[in-house]
Amino acid sequence: MSIEASGTQAILASEAELGLVPVTNQRGMFRRALEVFVENKLALVGLGFIVFMLLFCFIGPHIYVTNQVDTNLDNYLCTPSAQHLLGCNELGYDELGRLMVGGQTSIEVGLAAAIVSVLVGTLYGAISGFAGGFVDAIMMRVVDAGLSLPSLMVIMILSVIFHPTPVTIIFIIAVFYWFGVARLVRGETLALRNREYVQAVKVIGGRPLRSVIRHIVPNAIGTIIVQATFAVADSILTLSVLGFLTLGVAPPNTDWGSMLSGGLTYIQGGNYWWLIYPPGILIILICISFNFIGDALRDAFETRLQRR
Amino acid sequence: MVGFLIRRTGQAIFVLFLVTLATLLLVHLFPGGPVRALLGPRATPFQIAYYNQQYGFDQPLYVQYLKWVNQLIHGNLGFSNHLNQSVNSLIAQDLPKTVILVLLGTVVSLLFGIPLGVYQAVHRNSVADYALTAVSFLGYSTPTFFLGIILVDWFSVDVHIFPPFAPQGSTVGAILGDPKALILPVFTYAFLLYALWSRYMRSSVLDNLVQDYVRTARAKGASERRVVWGHVFRNSLVSIITLLGLSIPSLVGGAILIEVVFNYPGMGLAFYSAALNVDYEVLLGLTVLATVATVVGNLLADIGYAVLDPRVRY
Repeated sequence: MSIEASGTQAILASEAELGLVPVTNQRGMFRRALEVFVENKLALVGLGFIVFMLLFCFIGPHIYVTNQVDTNLDNYLCTPSAQHLLGCNELGYDELGRLMVGGQTSIEVGLAAAIVSVLVGTLYGAISGFAGGFVDAIMMRVVDAGLSLPSLMVIMILSVIFHPTPVTIIFIIAVFYWFGVARLVRGETLALRNREYVQAVKVIGGRPLRSVIRHIVPNAIGTIIVQATFAVADSILTLSVLGFLTLGVAPPNTDWGSMLSGGLTYIQGGNYWWLIYPPGILIILICISFNFIGDALRDAFETRLQRR
Repeated sequence: MVGFLIRRTGQAIFVLFLVTLATLLLVHLFPGGPVRALLGPRATPFQIAYYNQQYGFDQPLYVQYLKWVNQLIHGNLGFSNHLNQSVNSLIAQDLPKTVILVLLGTVVSLLFGIPLGVYQAVHRNSVADYALTAVSFLGYSTPTFFLGIILVDWFSVDVHIFPPFAPQGSTVGAILGDPKALILPVFTYAFLLYALWSRYMRSSVLDNLVQDYVRTARAKGASERRVVWGHVFRNSLVSIITLLGLSIPSLVGGAILIEVVFNYPGMGLAFYSAALNVDYEVLLGLTVLATVATVVGNLLADIGYAVLDPRVRY
């Protein structure tokens, strides 16, 4: 990047901050981040795998049609065959079809919980950091308290209380994840709020909320996106933990963790490998994929800062 | 320093106030309140009113809170009607066993994680570094219980090397007397923690290697071994202390899963059966205990950090 080009960026940015033009430096920032991102082979593999899993879980059931609602005890723990490619579980559900349906829950809940927690955490952290002083101190103690609660224990209690459906479980997971995001975004905000362009908004009479939403959040977007990516992986893991503890979504709904829980019951009774390995390996692969992407995004956005 | 101690302790006390309040509110989230959880859906209005009066649930929330906190301060964590046992005696019976599991797992994981993390940083971008990074990625992404299940499948079902269950003794001595059965649970626990320490240690050492004091040490002719182990390692170790303090919630969570998978008779298993039985006194008592441990752990970690690193002054 030449000095001239970055000079233009700076001018554009300040005009944008004065509200004269829309925030046009955004596209440049994302394009540069994208360049770094595609150089990272692992991240591309991860992205490819996630796209594959989306097709597998959401298009797959239309191609490989199975009954995932009614049990069929004639197929009790049947071995893999041409008819049931990955065999059946103890209720006669086709295991491959079940992986697709369970994957839908895992991915949907993971994404939704990540989005909810990152949205809440970002707003909370940005407001806390921007407000500063006493308000900030109180708001951060609430975050400290949240981070001190043993999350798995409270999530288990909430699951007992609410008998989770896929929708309530999103909030049960998100309730615990946003604290960490809030703390990080607050740190970013503290660094940003004394910048000239944020001060300028104050001087020309802009409301505080405008500074937070139009200026602070967009400038912290790198951190936020990276956190969101890791949040998806962590939410999928948390959902699988709940499923394993039989505190997850209720049957006939399922997720990969619940499938593993079923498998554990039969592990000592014979070689029912198809009950254990497929869901377990899919959880690992999808979490690794999101972690690869998160790492690559972190590099991508940090490089942007270095080039400036 | 004294000012910092007072301020930091004050913060911890305020945090404790918030978490106990949140925990108490949790009781009232049970559908129909705590009374329904115990007496069930068929309880008559008279029984409900009698129970509420007897246990003080008909009083205003702040009175309930003050009474409850008063009990907590006096070390009374409640009584489980389900187990017909006080939560204190449950803890006295199960906590030592969980502490053994957590300590063994943490020590084993630190023994591997810290040196290997340093090694990775010193030999960064080597084949060994990539291989170990892959291992820690696997540790990050593998659900604890899945690792436990496949280890049982391999070492207990396919090859009969280790028993599939943790030691079932009711006392600490009985648990330690069966070391063979402890290997799988401790290994599973340690593997997942290993990922945390080694990755953190690697990046911490990398950060320290570019510091000025390293250049000074090298300029003075210190050997590479002295630079790494005498200077960088010691400085990186300080930040691990903070991480240890912050990790208490995940240590607790990990212990629950390990205990469920291996049927290890500790607090995690007690908490899990309390969850399945909606035994809210046990649920709350154990949650409060774990939370207080976390808050105190964080406090000690921060103080330790300030003592060990003279650059840190709040």
